[in-house]
Amino acid sequence: MGHAYTPGLKVTDQMVIKKQRILPLKGDVVVKVGDHVEPETVVARTHLPGQVVPINVANKLGVPPEDLELVMTKKPGDRIKEGEEIALSVSLWIFKSRCAATIDGTIESVSTVTGQVLQRGNPTPVEVKAYVKGEVTEVIPNEGVVVTCIGSFVQGIFGIGGETSGPIMMATSDNATVLDEGMIQDNMKGKIIVGGSMVTAAALKKAIKTGVRGIVTGGFDDKDLRDFLGYDIGVAITGSEEIGVTLVVTEGFGTIDMAQKTFSLLHRHEGELACINGATQIRAGVIRPEVVIPLKTEQVEKAEVEDKVLGLQIGSPIRVIRHPHFGKLGAVTDLPAPLHKLESESKARILEVEFADGSRSIVPRANVEMIED
Amino acid sequence: MAKFDNPDDIKIIVATDCGSTTTKAILIEYVNGEYRQTTRGEAPTTVEAPFEDVTMGVLNAVGELEELSGRKILDENGKFISPARGDVGTDVYISTSSAGGGLQMMVAGVVRSMTAESAERAALGAGAIVMDVIASNDKRLPHQQIERIRHLRPDMILLSGGIDGGTTTHVVELAELVAAADPRPRLGSSYKLPIIYAGNKNATGEVKKVLEDKVDLRVVDNLRPVLERENLGPAREEIHELFMEHVMAQAPGYKKLMDWADAPIMPTPGAVGLIIQTIARQYGIEAVGVDIGGATTDVFSVFRPGDEPVFNRTVSANLGMSYSISNVFAEATLPMVMRWVPFIMDERDLRNRVKNKMIRPTTIPQSMEELIFEQAIAREALRLAFVQHKNFATVLKGVQQQRTIADAFEQSASGKTIVNMMTLDMLIGSGGVLSHAPRRQQSALMMIDAFLPEGITRLAVDSIFMMPQLGVLTEVQPKAATEVFEKDCLIHLGTCIAPSGQSKKGGPVMKYTIDLPSGQVSGTLNHLEMKKFELGIGDDSLPIKAKARFEPERNFDLGAGPGRPVEKEIHGGVVGIILDGRGRPFDLSSLSETERVSHLVSWAEELNIYPEGALKQ
Repeated sequence: MGHAYTPGLKVTDQMVIKKQRILPLKGDVVVKVGDHVEPETVVARTHLPGQVVPINVANKLGVPPEDLELVMTKKPGDRIKEGEEIALSVSLWIFKSRCAATIDGTIESVSTVTGQVLQRGNPTPVEVKAYVKGEVTEVIPNEGVVVTCIGSFVQGIFGIGGETSGPIMMATSDNATVLDEGMIQDNMKGKIIVGGSMVTAAALKKAIKTGVRGIVTGGFDDKDLRDFLGYDIGVAITGSEEIGVTLVVTEGFGTIDMAQKTFSLLHRHEGELACINGATQIRAGVIRPEVVIPLKTEQVEKAEVEDKVLGLQIGSPIRVIRHPHFGKLGAVTDLPAPLHKLESESKARILEVEFADGSRSIVPRANVEMIED
Repeated sequence: MAKFDNPDDIKIIVATDCGSTTTKAILIEYVNGEYRQTTRGEAPTTVEAPFEDVTMGVLNAVGELEELSGRKILDENGKFISPARGDVGTDVYISTSSAGGGLQMMVAGVVRSMTAESAERAALGAGAIVMDVIASNDKRLPHQQIERIRHLRPDMILLSGGIDGGTTTHVVELAELVAAADPRPRLGSSYKLPIIYAGNKNATGEVKKVLEDKVDLRVVDNLRPVLERENLGPAREEIHELFMEHVMAQAPGYKKLMDWADAPIMPTPGAVGLIIQTIARQYGIEAVGVDIGGATTDVFSVFRPGDEPVFNRTVSANLGMSYSISNVFAEATLPMVMRWVPFIMDERDLRNRVKNKMIRPTTIPQSMEELIFEQAIAREALRLAFVQHKNFATVLKGVQQQRTIADAFEQSASGKTIVNMMTLDMLIGSGGVLSHAPRRQQSALMMIDAFLPEGITRLAVDSIFMMPQLGVLTEVQPKAATEVFEKDCLIHLGTCIAPSGQSKKGGPVMKYTIDLPSGQVSGTLNHLEMKKFELGIGDDSLPIKAKARFEPERNFDLGAGPGRPVEKEIHGGVVGIILDGRGRPFDLSSLSETERVSHLVSWAEELNIYPEGALKQ
């Protein structure tokens, strides 16, 4: 989905989903092609090199940098422990001054120019998990794997928080209801809950307290987001927030009904496992948040449903994504070719839309997105 | 491709700019004794999958040029036909590129406000995005600095520090930090990360010892050989060289593109900087250029604090009108944005609107209310980017100043900005919100409100962002570059006349007399008043000029000193002459709510910013 921010986010009942699971540095892949993996299965692990902590030994011992090698009691590559002596200088045969290591690890280098000794900390283990339930279909030696599953897929517009998984539970009865505090129940612990047109700040807080793993909702209020995070998101690069829950917003900011198709799809899969990720990056190489519902073999329809890629046509159902008709649903009634002068006096290509209430209006094509029935 | 000993033999030029989304091509022809841009074409950039060959986008854009101009530029094999003969071929082909994320650099120096800042200036001037500046005194602990270097994956690092003959320890220490981090390049793992060393020459040997085995080390002259002087040229040249050699060579299709081009391919912002410097030098003027994009805002300036013109470029990485719009809102704060809006809007609703624009960056303002709000945000983005620029474009820090007794009363510290709004001659805007505003008056007022020019300042916008191509062209045929710049690239908006000074009680700011082609106009400009007079563009595509005399009141200054009259030939444009009686410094927030709204409406009406009645709704 290289162009996901062009109108139309993906919401599909069945598709082949491939997830590349790659280590940040080269390491060991611990599964093999054909292995069945669960979201929590570790597929690869490695060690990140430890922190480098310099220490100016020459200054500490009051020796010229060029004499550093004479006073060092540890050489580059030697293991060190915090507090252990790494250099010793003796003056007038009896006065000894020592320099001790400040971390556990090894000596990285000794500089006779600056008098600096670099200590390298112990490596930190890093593990990559499968994230989705599926089968390992490819091993990239020393780097990671590709996990493949057939599943339902919902692409959101914005999210916060990282990868998590759990069974789906509907929290609202329809796609237009606001998910408020009173709807969060104790039995939602460990679940991915689904709301309607928005989730309130109070509901979000209670969900975290209850131990809800993820929330999928139509809209979210920016003011609540700021109050909740304690800062304003300036640039949409998210996913690393540690707030105790992952949020996937499917439609946009404000109160906005979750698309009926999305809501029905999630409803049909209530009780089944969903793997969700809030990570969003709206730049070149766009990343959108997602909900993956791996299907069981018996659920997979034999004939793969082909993705229909159709442009805007007369009759296409659309949603307006900017004021003054923000959030309204309708169908395209005309697609005139010439540029049209808008109220703002900008000239743009437009379309004519008939809204659900029967009223008609003109909207720039850039301000709508296609939705599926 | 043909090479020309005499640039005047070049009559036909094709130039492209490969942006991250669009590749733009222009055709420049020598017609009737002058160079003019005659045709333009564009096509999607093809750097990313599935095409992964930048030249495809170039060929498509040039193909559009062929269709529109009727000139055959490419042969059957998709190669440029050169030299030009009749309606076939081009004499030269040149290109710039910012595809694939542009040139991303990290710079390091010993003292943050001295060598590190000079290194930053060198990198920015070469057209790079500076990801981070590491300095011995940047208040981070060494291990934090190492983590940062390791974490970021720049295209190259510029390492500087120390004046020639000064102490070597600090800069070698920096080299050790870099070596310990073992940084890897962003693109391709098959080559070593290029590092340019432009520091104390006496430390070169030690720096080589520390770094040579781990990285691709290049040594150039110290960029700060003495405290009093910067020598950024050699470092910038090496950056361009490495950009071609490493960064470009890694991007798909660029090897072919480099073969085609008759001049080195330049990073887009580097080329924009070149054209602005060329214009400033040629006309002996001081100029500021701004390019406001979706994610970032670039500001370029040439000022003459002494005898020599000084060029500066800054990139405000998170000030932009779509991807970064939410950040502008966060940095500027709601009241600062809303002061430009003459009606009340609900905060919760506004916040959601801004975020919805951020997550769907391609939407456009449909209603007048949305346009006014978006232009209010643009004013703040431009203002903030310019504040950053002013803070960066300074006289060299750390230089001892010789002071006379007269200076003792002035608080001018070393490191004060060289941006002088009173001496600024020309302000050039670029980027969608300025170049494509529905009315040119809106662009003019946005620039005036954001930059607050003082004295007499010409205003212009770049019509189709042609500045990058013209920047490279200055290296091949400077005359063509400046002619096209003046006549086709710039849309001359007019001139802003803004006396500096303040008045507590209101009343007159200055008297004016302007000899317009339609007859002489004269009168008095009052405090907080704005006036506009028509003075357009001539048949030669250049602004019509008019003689004018201004007599500021005694607490107002138009460049000649408080209360002193100024007589000058002023330039017209598609907007005309704007007299700005709001005084400087000017802060809209100092007005009461009713005053603010009534003034915003009256300025908009006087300048014909919005359609009649739009603000009354």
